[in-house]
Amino acid sequence: MIGLEHFLILSGTLFCIGLFGALAKRNAIAILMGLELMLNAVNINLVAFARYVTTGILTGHVFAIFVIAVAAAEVAVGLALIVAIYRDRISVNVDDFDWLKW
Amino acid sequence: MNFMFWLIAIITLGSALMMVMNKNIFHSALFMVVTFLGVAAVYLMLYADFMAAVQVLVYAGAITIFIVFGIMLTQRGNMKETNLFSNHAALAGIVSLALVVINAVMVVSTNWPKTGAEPPQETVGSIAELMLTKYVVPFEVAAILLLVALIGAVIIAKEVKKTS
Amino acid sequence: MIDFALHNAWLIPLLPAIAFLLIFLVFRPLPKVSAFIGITAIFLSFVLAVHVGIGVIQAGDQFVEHPLKQVVTWFEMSGLKIEMGVQIDPTSAMMLFMVSLVALMVNIYSLGYMHGDQAFSRFYAFLALFAMSMLGLVIAPNLLQMFVFWELVGLCSYLLIGFWWHKYSAREAAKKAFITTRTGDFGLLLGILLLQINFGTLDLMTLGEMIPNFQEYTNLSVGGLTAIAAILFLGPIGKSGQFPLHVWLPDAMEGPTPVSALIHAATMVVAGVYLVGRSLILFQTVPGAMAFVAFMGGFTALFAATIAITQTEMKKILAYSTVSQLGYMMLALGAGSLTGGMFHLFTHAFFKSLMFLGAGSVLHAMNNDADIWKYGGLKKKMPITYWTFLIGCLAIAGIFPFAGFFSKDEILLVVKEASHGAQFAGLYTLLFWMATITAALTAFYMFRMFFICFHGEPRDKSFHPHEAPFSMAFPLVVLSIFSIFGGFIGAPWVEHGFGYYVRLGEYHHPSVDWAIIIVSTILALGSIFLAYWIYGKKAVSHEALAQKFAPLYKISFNKYYIDEIYLWLIHNVLDGLGRALWWFDITVVDGIINGIGNAAKILGSILRRVQTGKLQHYALVLFAGVVILVLIMSFADTSSASLSLLGGVR
Repeated sequence: MIGLEHFLILSGTLFCIGLFGALAKRNAIAILMGLELMLNAVNINLVAFARYVTTGILTGHVFAIFVIAVAAAEVAVGLALIVAIYRDRISVNVDDFDWLKW
Repeated sequence: MNFMFWLIAIITLGSALMMVMNKNIFHSALFMVVTFLGVAAVYLMLYADFMAAVQVLVYAGAITIFIVFGIMLTQRGNMKETNLFSNHAALAGIVSLALVVINAVMVVSTNWPKTGAEPPQETVGSIAELMLTKYVVPFEVAAILLLVALIGAVIIAKEVKKTS
Repeated sequence: MIDFALHNAWLIPLLPAIAFLLIFLVFRPLPKVSAFIGITAIFLSFVLAVHVGIGVIQAGDQFVEHPLKQVVTWFEMSGLKIEMGVQIDPTSAMMLFMVSLVALMVNIYSLGYMHGDQAFSRFYAFLALFAMSMLGLVIAPNLLQMFVFWELVGLCSYLLIGFWWHKYSAREAAKKAFITTRTGDFGLLLGILLLQINFGTLDLMTLGEMIPNFQEYTNLSVGGLTAIAAILFLGPIGKSGQFPLHVWLPDAMEGPTPVSALIHAATMVVAGVYLVGRSLILFQTVPGAMAFVAFMGGFTALFAATIAITQTEMKKILAYSTVSQLGYMMLALGAGSLTGGMFHLFTHAFFKSLMFLGAGSVLHAMNNDADIWKYGGLKKKMPITYWTFLIGCLAIAGIFPFAGFFSKDEILLVVKEASHGAQFAGLYTLLFWMATITAALTAFYMFRMFFICFHGEPRDKSFHPHEAPFSMAFPLVVLSIFSIFGGFIGAPWVEHGFGYYVRLGEYHHPSVDWAIIIVSTILALGSIFLAYWIYGKKAVSHEALAQKFAPLYKISFNKYYIDEIYLWLIHNVLDGLGRALWWFDITVVDGIINGIGNAAKILGSILRRVQTGKLQHYALVLFAGVVILVLIMSFADTSSASLSLLGGVR
């Protein structure tokens, strides 16, 4: 029988894959994609809890929708930033973005 | 049910891994779409029909288009070797793997307070009710956020005029 | 009025304080108004002081044992209670009268002396500030208040010595006076702190009751208390110009002459004597400290007198004379007689300020040329100055019936009595003879100056001396009256005289020792005659004498080379020490500090490589940290925190 735990482990694993993408890739757009995966994993969590723990109360769904809205905004702004930086530096390689350095 | 879950889980996680591992950024984007669709299927298994619809529309549709636009605007010529790992990829992999294990152990060892009740067959009405009563203010704020993000993205991405 | 004055004695210092503020803040551009305010305030203080004095005399000896004390608590914390207030007893009443009278005279005198000075108002402001400080010191009921005003008079002294700050020598003298007295004040402060620590109070009356039985209240040994007394005595050594800190007083004559008369002859310099007199019980309890005070005083008296006989400036001679006479007062206190010290303080204030004001009058007439060898024959040109100055000289020489006669014989008497005492009899015998010689020397150098200045023919014809104006002559006359008759209040035939009121312990009617009277009078008259013989009649050439005793003359003329010795010490020892410490500071202290700084810098230059500037690195470290934390919590520690992390509600 498939239960809550299965979905939680699924979402956790998905989150970690997204994290790996965000941490290990050079391309800024690939990092953005990793972030999207992490957000999706969170959404699965929310919906799974709404299904098994608070059955019949759909607050989890509502939150997931808000997360999707925020994610959409984030992608839009993030891509705009990448395009702006790309115009300046002709690169989307995050190894080149080390302005935080001393 | 069981079979369906394992199939969907393998497709979702597999395409996610493919997305991360692929060295072609465009292929990665395609695998991402598959992952998004897999997540939508997971939503369906959780009796969240509206969420599944939104997932397909927003992620598999809009956000994918965004990402592809981004790739088109920044990458030129050959798409090979456009999505490489950085030097610390191995360390990142170890950390991520460790987090997977920790997460799994915690989830398994926790006693979740499950209700065991049957889920509602239809969710759109309930979500609409919550959205327009209890969460109407966050709903409006989210609308404003989207507007601000829209304008902000346009301004940031706009070419800076060299002023003397 | 008497009752009002007795119970409102705090007004006496307050009035000059108000005058100071008024002059300084409001009336500075109006010299006449400033002088008027200053003189009015000090006159009112004088009137109040006179009434206080009458009240104290009328009360008999009631205030001797039980002073009239009014205090308010200044601040209080556990183990420390400091009060501010007024203590009226015969000693302070006498001082109030003397200080306010001399201050009033000097204020009036300055009208003429400082006439036309650019900073006329400032002068009066400082005079008022000084009067406030000195009167506040006099009425202080505890040592801390006394110390505060003690420092204030030191400040006023500094301001007034350096009053003509455009003169290099005045600036230097002001600094010298301040620093030298500060050296002594350091000891005074230490002594006060030690008393507070050991006895838990600074109140003079309470201390007076506790100290004689100090072994009941503290675990001090006799030696410890002697050390405290000796440290405390450093303050009076500095302030009252005792050897070896006397060097500032002659230089202080760079200030305007009224200042010298007020501060450096009559009032501030006797603050040290007054302090010792106030805390005399402390010294009396330990005979060693007593002998120390007596010896310092007696030695200073003789030492300064031998310098004074060869000096060639009127004010310098008077300054060394002051040092000598202050030593006399200390000697009397050291011999255990509050009466003797205070009586000489009282009479000395009048004739010494009289002589200073007279010297000021001469300087005024001679266009501030200080060399007495240029004077001569001033008798005819300045009769008032001449006669008042003669009175002053006779008074300090100790000729009957002038004031100095009574007080000086009183001191010789008490020292002689002390030499028959149980302890340090030999020392007091020596001091008695030193004091007697000093008395003879005093008469000699005073009349030497007197004959050189006022008799003979004018040596330098370029001066056109003139008599002082009324404002300057009036104080001279008033002070000479006190110099003549001031001694009678302590004369042996007065039933309840000075010693009845100003005393410590039982009252002894002053006895008459004809031997002392005859010897001291003969010595004084002989010295005067000798001075006349050499400088008046010129029977012996003083130059030939100086040639004959050239080594002695040189030592005396150069003030025993004390200033040179100090300079040498400061240049070699102190500066050498300073250089050594400077080297230590630069190499060791700075080396350590810079080393620490450099170590931090080097460490930082290594550690800053951690900051790669790449966000991914930061995020990686963040998540790696999460993993490590979870691992630490689950394996290193098996308590509840790790359990809840590894499984929540199990």
